[in-house]
Amino acid sequence: MDLNLKPAETFRGDFSVRNSDAAILRFPFPFHEDRYMYAVNIEPHMRGGPTAAYDAIFDLDEHYIGECEDRALTLLDDPLRCQVLPHMMDAEWDTLELLMESLALDYPAQFTLTKNDASWHWVNRPLGLDQHFTFGDPASLPCPPFEYITRQVQGDFTLQDQRENNLFMDGGMVTSQADWSLNFDLGMSFHEWHGPVPVAHETGVFDRALAYLLRLQLGRPVRRLNWTLTANPRLDTSPENYPIWGPDKAGITPENVGTKMCLRVELQTLTRLPRSNAILFGIRGYLIRLEELVRVKKWGRRLHRVLRDLHPDIAAYKGTLPYRHIIVDYLSAFDDGAVTSAGTSPDQDLL
Amino acid sequence: MKMRIAKILTLSPSIAKFTLQPVSGALPVAAPGAHVIVEIPGPTRIWKNAYSLVSSPEDRGQYEIIVRRVEHSRGGSAWLHGHASAGDVLEVSAPQNLFPINRLAKKHLLLSAGIGLTPFLAYLHTLNAPFELHHLCKPEDEAAFRSLLPNAANITLHTSRNALDLNALLAAQKLGTHLYLCGPDNFMRVALATAQTLGWPDAKIHQESFGGATGGEAFTVHLQRSGLTLEVAPEMSLLETLEAAGLAAPCLCRGGACGECELPVLSGLPDHRDHVLTPERRAANASILTCVSRALSPELVLDF
Repeated sequence: MDLNLKPAETFRGDFSVRNSDAAILRFPFPFHEDRYMYAVNIEPHMRGGPTAAYDAIFDLDEHYIGECEDRALTLLDDPLRCQVLPHMMDAEWDTLELLMESLALDYPAQFTLTKNDASWHWVNRPLGLDQHFTFGDPASLPCPPFEYITRQVQGDFTLQDQRENNLFMDGGMVTSQADWSLNFDLGMSFHEWHGPVPVAHETGVFDRALAYLLRLQLGRPVRRLNWTLTANPRLDTSPENYPIWGPDKAGITPENVGTKMCLRVELQTLTRLPRSNAILFGIRGYLIRLEELVRVKKWGRRLHRVLRDLHPDIAAYKGTLPYRHIIVDYLSAFDDGAVTSAGTSPDQDLL
Repeated sequence: MKMRIAKILTLSPSIAKFTLQPVSGALPVAAPGAHVIVEIPGPTRIWKNAYSLVSSPEDRGQYEIIVRRVEHSRGGSAWLHGHASAGDVLEVSAPQNLFPINRLAKKHLLLSAGIGLTPFLAYLHTLNAPFELHHLCKPEDEAAFRSLLPNAANITLHTSRNALDLNALLAAQKLGTHLYLCGPDNFMRVALATAQTLGWPDAKIHQESFGGATGGEAFTVHLQRSGLTLEVAPEMSLLETLEAAGLAAPCLCRGGACGECELPVLSGLPDHRDHVLTPERRAANASILTCVSRALSPELVLDF
């Protein structure tokens, strides 16, 4: 698969990150119609979809090096962003194998995995890593296997242990989250960690989603999209660092909203792991500035309509309240009232 | 996956171990407790039987299953025992696990009877907490099962000469012990009732039963939405009847354990044989698990 990596850009400080035209066109736009409400929007994670972001099992893009460097910075400040409970060691190895095999298969120019029984050799060319290790022996890696491999993949990951007819968040690597904390949620059950989500509990969405996930089958991963709004293309919008990023919202004005305000979309994948019977939850985040997004005509029109008509409780949960009117005013200039096509594809090949 | 029978090892007149190798490529890793669905060709139809894997989870070159020839067999196990030979190619599903090990257990207590030993043979490859295994079998099968088990103080075979005091065993366990049960229906009922009477919490009792999938009286099923009326023959399951009619009926475990195949019942009285529906939902008779359950009334009408 084509992977044109940029040199490292920043997701903090001067926020140098920009999306190329190709990156804009492959953005996994989340709204399939002109309005939004919660649903159990889970589908099989098969290769292929409305944009190229769905082509790989674990999608990488031009921001790979910068995102890995940003993760390393966050972990340096706060090692608790990566934690796995001791009974999940099989799930750690399951994750390492799955991610290494997927990357080597989808991006052979960048990654190579060679196995000789338990003696494995991993090469990550973009990050300059060349590691011989023994599968199953944590001492043969510079850090535990889950941390080792998730430092090398875009997106956050959590590990869910399945027991007592429930799922428990018993591990994770979470450095680019939309305002939730692994350190707080670690060990929680499915309904506990979803506690803060409004509206959806009452409609039984979580009961149905849990029943479905408990039966998730080996070799048949599923995916869903989630979204929120973030001021500045900042990966680390964690509760721990709220004092750093919280004030960003207050700086949103009609003049800078197009540049600073970003739609954050998570392409979430759920994969049953073979040894541990745990579920790996991948939260692959994509950030796009509004001024980048509106270059796709359909997406500009639709985002305007979705945010304008959003349920007030959901608008509050998504953190949009202080500046929603500024965003909607900005987007209204890109909504000519034309009918939009069903589905999320961009409907144009060039910007 | 297409898999070739590489070896058949007869352990007793009614028990045989089959070694299956992929026709091409490597096999997926399968966790202890996982099973595969094997498609077995018969003269008039294909049987789909679930068998626990007994091979090591890390073995990607082959899977091993152990098959008991079922008395009054519907045909699948009889074919494997009587007709299958090395070199035959069978369709085998990817492994699924409905009987995983609880990784927070301080101790595992494994109780099995008859062919129900098989998932525990896979457990033995990876258990790390202390465990105790008690296996109940008929005297004529003792030698076969002994040949499959390591000689260890915490592994005990029980026949009529060495009966297991189930009540005493379950009463003596400390908090933090998880109980795993696998065997024929009557064994499961007694063991479960004993544990529940002693106050074992449901969360510490684990079971997977593929029993009860045997046939019964023929009945008629009318499918409201498809507009079809089908006869469920005595040796066929309701699910197999739907599949034979070309319908894409939902299913996963094919053993009444996962709940995937549940369909709404509009009229008629189901004969519930699954392990999923709660007593309340069973009594309501508003749905049926098509893989194992049948009918107590001559006809069922399903919303399908």
